[in-house]
Amino acid sequence: MRKFESYRLRWFPMVFGMMALLLVANAAGASSPTKHFVSEGESISEAIERAVKGDTLIIRAGYYEEHEIIIQKPLTLIGEGRPVIDAGDAGDIFLIAADSVWIEGFELKNTGFSSQNDNAAIRVFDSRYLTVEDNRIINTFFGIHLSNSQHISIRNNFLEAFEKRSHRTGNGIHLWQCDTALISANHVIGHRDGIYLEFAVMVETNRNIVENNNRYGLHFMFSHDNAYYHNEFRNNEAGVAVMYTRNVIMKYNLFEKSLGSGTYGVLLKDISNSVMKYNRIENNTTGIYMDGSNNNEIHYNLFRRNGWGIKLLTSNDGNTIEGNNFVGNTFDISTNGRLVTNSLERNYWDKYEGYDLDGDGYGDIPYRPISLYSTIVERIPSAIILWRSFMVSMLDRAERVIPSITPENMKDLKPKMRPNDIDFKPE
Amino acid sequence: MLKLLKYSLYNILRTRFTLLYFGFLLLATFAIYSLDHDLARVSLSLLNVVLLVVPLICIVFATVHFYNSYEFIELMLAQPVNRTTVFMSQILAVGISLSLAFMGGIGIPMLIYGGEASMIYLLFVGVMLSLVFTGLAYLASVMTRDKAKAIGITLLFWVFFSLIYDGLVLFMIYVFYDYPLENATLAMVMLNPVDLARVIMLMQLDVSALMGFTGAFFQNFFGSIRGTLISSGVLLLWILIPVYFALRVFKRKDL
Amino acid sequence: MISISNLSKRFGKLQVLKSMELDFERGVSYAMMGPNGSGKTTLIKCILGLVVPDKGRILVNGTDIKGSWAYRSDIGYMPQIGRYPDHMRIGQLFDMIQNIRKDKTDFDLDLVKLFQLDQMLDKPMRTLSGGTRQKVSAALAFMFDPGIYILDEPTAGLDPLAVEALKEKIAEERERGKLIIITSHILSDLDELTSHAIYLFEGNIFYNNNIDELKKETGEERFSSAIARLMEWSQKGSHVKISKNAEIT
Repeated sequence: MRKFESYRLRWFPMVFGMMALLLVANAAGASSPTKHFVSEGESISEAIERAVKGDTLIIRAGYYEEHEIIIQKPLTLIGEGRPVIDAGDAGDIFLIAADSVWIEGFELKNTGFSSQNDNAAIRVFDSRYLTVEDNRIINTFFGIHLSNSQHISIRNNFLEAFEKRSHRTGNGIHLWQCDTALISANHVIGHRDGIYLEFAVMVETNRNIVENNNRYGLHFMFSHDNAYYHNEFRNNEAGVAVMYTRNVIMKYNLFEKSLGSGTYGVLLKDISNSVMKYNRIENNTTGIYMDGSNNNEIHYNLFRRNGWGIKLLTSNDGNTIEGNNFVGNTFDISTNGRLVTNSLERNYWDKYEGYDLDGDGYGDIPYRPISLYSTIVERIPSAIILWRSFMVSMLDRAERVIPSITPENMKDLKPKMRPNDIDFKPE
Repeated sequence: MLKLLKYSLYNILRTRFTLLYFGFLLLATFAIYSLDHDLARVSLSLLNVVLLVVPLICIVFATVHFYNSYEFIELMLAQPVNRTTVFMSQILAVGISLSLAFMGGIGIPMLIYGGEASMIYLLFVGVMLSLVFTGLAYLASVMTRDKAKAIGITLLFWVFFSLIYDGLVLFMIYVFYDYPLENATLAMVMLNPVDLARVIMLMQLDVSALMGFTGAFFQNFFGSIRGTLISSGVLLLWILIPVYFALRVFKRKDL
Repeated sequence: MISISNLSKRFGKLQVLKSMELDFERGVSYAMMGPNGSGKTTLIKCILGLVVPDKGRILVNGTDIKGSWAYRSDIGYMPQIGRYPDHMRIGQLFDMIQNIRKDKTDFDLDLVKLFQLDQMLDKPMRTLSGGTRQKVSAALAFMFDPGIYILDEPTAGLDPLAVEALKEKIAEERERGKLIIITSHILSDLDELTSHAIYLFEGNIFYNNNIDELKKETGEERFSSAIARLMEWSQKGSHVKISKNAEIT
């Protein structure tokens, strides 16, 4: 299962670059591209109508009140001095159904809410080779909304929405039925889902900052063979939800401050053959919630100051949890039964109180990460009020020596004495 | 009052005990910092010191000191000085010196190695617990003439509040877990200063977990600054009420 | 000066003072006597506010002492056994008491000089002999020129020279019209220093009259014999008991 490791994804940026080059070369060869200039007071839509395939439109700084700007031919639209296009709550701003469109340098705002239509600043259908770069997308229902498109690059955009009523919020970057995309260095605030991927395969998502969204920071379903690097998901109502998907790589991400009941740093539901490495998972009510997930590797992550480091349901099978550091969590791991078929190894547990006589860096007695008291709290929530009392510590200690309630085979046979040395930021 | 306080403080400093206490806390905290590099873990280790060691040392020292100051108290009471003044200057001197030793012993390593927000609360509850147990020690001391008996009573206070009480609460939770127990457990926690201090720290260190509980009780109590304010308020009562009763007894005490 | 009415005090089962009525007048020096446990020290401690009576009232200079403390600035008290913070030096102790009693600014240091305490101000209290402690207690009692002296066994443990010096000082103060209350088992001292005898027995006032009258009543020439007679009578439960000033002529 490790073989797949981003085989295609690794080549993806290069392939994409070559395509862009080809495109430019192609345009240059066919007819010399014309530059059109649009100034304040003029209509962008009309300018687009006048332009021919492959032309470049320079939109000069200014305030444009337009919506439903339809692009149906390959064009490059560049905002000079960040022109503002205000849809005045009337609907979509750019509607794109053409290959090789490039949108850069705009401020797009006020799409308004509609219950009939997914109003978006940039809405794309059935297109290829699209680039959306360096735009500010403010107060929109959806931000960048793509369906049925391929070879997409969405980079360095800033998206912020302010709506708090959940039924009136849309997603920041929304991909449906897409293939081969790069979502990089965007900053998404205040949407429903910061980044939403459904049936989107071969997507690389990196260096995005996704925070304060009303539902998930990142939400994807049926989106196989995707990779997520160096993203920060912070303070989203419910962290990251990853469902019904296989072959996912998540590395070097930060998942933090997802607080509340039913709220997770990372929710893994029916995920298989995926890898989570070098992530920092901090200050969440539940760091990772795993349900029905098989054969995943959760290695070298930091679980710090979470209520529960990992909630590992018995529906999971064959996952390996290795080399992670568990520090300052209220409860490191909890489960809902006694049957455990996942393995724990070489993790560092700050609650471990064993010794290392042979000096190999691993404790000589196994560590049982499931605290007796966490199972009591599971049944009687009000018992949490006694947590960290001397009495409860003694109970927990006794249970670790002679397990009676907690699963016998849920144990780390080689607990590390010192934290694993994990480098979270290699570029 | 200030003059008496000055002399009472001087008496305590003479014994060098608070200096020892300060040194002990300083060493312990440095040791904790050098063993654990993660601040989250440092906070937790210090919490155990604050909840177990600080009350014990405070209650024993304050009791012993009361009896050691008997001559001084007698001498003062033959002078034209108010009894309340004598008593308050004594108890304040003990409270202040124990609090300062605590803040220095724990605080200086924090200043050197760095801390986090929860440690401010740790200092706060440590000082509060020092004062609570000083008050309890004085209450036990004014009630009996016998030093050994007073120390016995204070040790009982300590064992009761640190261990036995939580056992009883846990037992109650276990027996009655079918019933809605939130308010009852909360009320029981309020009756134990060590639990109060612990709950204040719980709201700092385990906020992530506490946010995971549903129900109006948890939302109301743990969900905001309210829980901390209420707990701190009751903890303050835990200082004032024993001191008030100790003062009442002392005012009518025969020397 | 000091007026005691209906004063009762019980320690556990023991009734130490039984509805005591007593007046102390300015310019008179009282010998307060009685066997051990007769209530002398308790009475003194009641006057000083160290012991809180169960019943009764004590007026000092006309004010009720209950809940009051300022009246103590007019009392110089010398305890039976002076107990002082061990680590304090004599000088520090004097400084401290002077510092706290800010009602006075000029201090009577006669006894400090007579006892040569000024040459040992650096000595910590714990190193002092019983006699030197007594000297310190005496020096403190006389330091603030009070109107009332309460001296509990003042000469016990003092060397003869110091006893003489202290007696002289007491006599001097008596001449100045101060109220002086002395308890002692050394009858010769009382004979010299006092003019009025109070004899306590089991918490009651068994005898209260001036010494000349006492001698007359007992038919004894010498003070010590008169007291011995009182003690006899008190043991027998004789009716001769005279209480309160009513019968003083």
